[in-house]
Amino acid sequence: MTAPAFEIRVRQALYAGRRWHPAEIVFWILAAAACLLFPRQWLLLNEIAILALFALSLDLILGFAGIVSLGHAAFLGMGAYAAGLLAKHVTADPLAGLSVGMAAAGLLGLVTSPLVLRGTDLTRLMITLGVALILYELANSFGSLTGGADGLQGILMGPVLGLFDFDIFGRTAYLYSLSVLFVLFLVARRVTNSPFGLSLRAMRDNPLRASASGVPNGKRLAAVYALAAAYAGAAGALLAQTTQFVSLDVLDFHRSADLMLVLIIGGAGYLYGGLIGAVAFKLLQDAIATFTPQYWMFWIGLFLVIFVLGGREMIHGAIKTIAGRFARLGKGGAQ
Amino acid sequence: MLTILFDGIAYGMVLFVLGCGLSVTMGLMNFVNLAHGAFAMLGGYVAVLAMQRLGLPFLASLPLAFLAAALVGIVLERLIYRPMYAKSHLDQVMFSIGLVFMAVAGTDWLMGSTQQFIRLPAWLQGRFEVAGIGIGRYRLFVIVVCGLLAFSLQWGFTRTRFGSRLRAAVDDARVARGLGIPVNRLFALTFALGSGLAGLGGALGVELMGLDPSFPLKFMIYFLIVVTVGGTSSITGPFFAAMLLGVADVVGKYLVPQVGAFIIYALMVALLITRPHGLFVRARA
Repeated sequence: MTAPAFEIRVRQALYAGRRWHPAEIVFWILAAAACLLFPRQWLLLNEIAILALFALSLDLILGFAGIVSLGHAAFLGMGAYAAGLLAKHVTADPLAGLSVGMAAAGLLGLVTSPLVLRGTDLTRLMITLGVALILYELANSFGSLTGGADGLQGILMGPVLGLFDFDIFGRTAYLYSLSVLFVLFLVARRVTNSPFGLSLRAMRDNPLRASASGVPNGKRLAAVYALAAAYAGAAGALLAQTTQFVSLDVLDFHRSADLMLVLIIGGAGYLYGGLIGAVAFKLLQDAIATFTPQYWMFWIGLFLVIFVLGGREMIHGAIKTIAGRFARLGKGGAQ
Repeated sequence: MLTILFDGIAYGMVLFVLGCGLSVTMGLMNFVNLAHGAFAMLGGYVAVLAMQRLGLPFLASLPLAFLAAALVGIVLERLIYRPMYAKSHLDQVMFSIGLVFMAVAGTDWLMGSTQQFIRLPAWLQGRFEVAGIGIGRYRLFVIVVCGLLAFSLQWGFTRTRFGSRLRAAVDDARVARGLGIPVNRLFALTFALGSGLAGLGGALGVELMGLDPSFPLKFMIYFLIVVTVGGTSSITGPFFAAMLLGVADVVGKYLVPQVGAFIIYALMVALLITRPHGLFVRARA
């Protein structure tokens, strides 16, 4: 094969990867239709959308750049407190809170990225865990600002875009969270398919070779880490705004651990993993919580153990196989 | 001031007994076992139950805690830990966090979420003064017991045949295996010993650290600091790391209670940044 022909093939493959698959469109239509289909479940749907955004954030660094993190709750908490404090003391506009939450978390991500990007996986796990714990203790200690263990109360949100008021059924909340999720998803999709995103994948698969082909590893990793942090901050801001309350729970260790489980269920590295995982995780949690609310933790633990023992690809691997078969059935005539 | 230092040393001693098993298993199999604290909690609960339900004296409940944790350790190692050795660190961390969650919720279900206490025998209660330093009898007891343990571990590690095989396996498992050292059996034994020590530490620590179902989560970070700071290739490294951590934590909590809790986290992050491979790490050829 000649060099130009090869280049054309590579280009075609990249364009094909960037094109919208019909299943993706169906997915988003379903997500929007869920608002009408399950009118009593808006609050749960809202939680799912927020968790999905949070998982998308972890997927950006874990699935695409290969950075392991046990302290992603740090950014969720940062975004939540920033948005909550802004709403309480400065302005009640949700979009302003969202951008401030994202900026604060993104900045924190940028500042902590030099700590995280050095060392092995093990050091990264410990440092991210350490950073999250430090933030938890800080939020706990500065009770006058954050409300400490009582949580940040008295947040009143204005209407979204000055038009849509938040209602107690969570309808505006869900549509608001879903729109933010969709917009940020589009950005993430664009970023991961850009040369930048491709260089991240190259680094994940072989850091030495990537840097030999001229990829500035450190800067790229810092950039994606800050981006993911901003995403998590957005999730935190949404959480603070739609529940109108921030507690220390947003920084808790179990948030980071749950998030890992979400990505394990959905699979990392193709953006939809976090979204699908979030739906499955929340439905599972909802189902289990109805019969044994207190020992939910036990079941999370059991699922983690089973998934790791059985192989992380167990669930989404099976889904992919089935989806692949359907796709082949559909295309059977054409090819 | 010296009293606080003394308390810190006692605290550090317990941390050492809790953490040294973890450092050896981590060094030997490169396995990150965050569930180590669950074994410590098991030991603590066994000691509490033995004293409350069976009416055993305190000194008799300590070996029982060791045996129970070691036994559970050896069974779990055989059944579910072994397939994990070849997996990535991320998988190991997820797996052991899952175990921790199960242990926390399971203990909550079995024992209730209240704090557990043990009644110390009369000769371990109270404190006495030596040259103006208040010395708690129990803390002195802990220091003596843990100090003896540390010495015998160090002796066992450096002077016995078991110890030299273990060191060989830690340095290079493949070569050790080639020389006919049964690395797997060695590891199972070490795992049991480490879990047993964690159980013993948990039993000793009930009085100093408290005991409730969230114990493994609360102290997970402490064990990790001991191991990461101390390195995984000796007994002395984790020992000094545990001392440093114990003293820093106790002194911090006494002198500046507002910020005391995150002094140790900041310490850990700072140490990991400056010395990513541990403070007392042995140079490897």
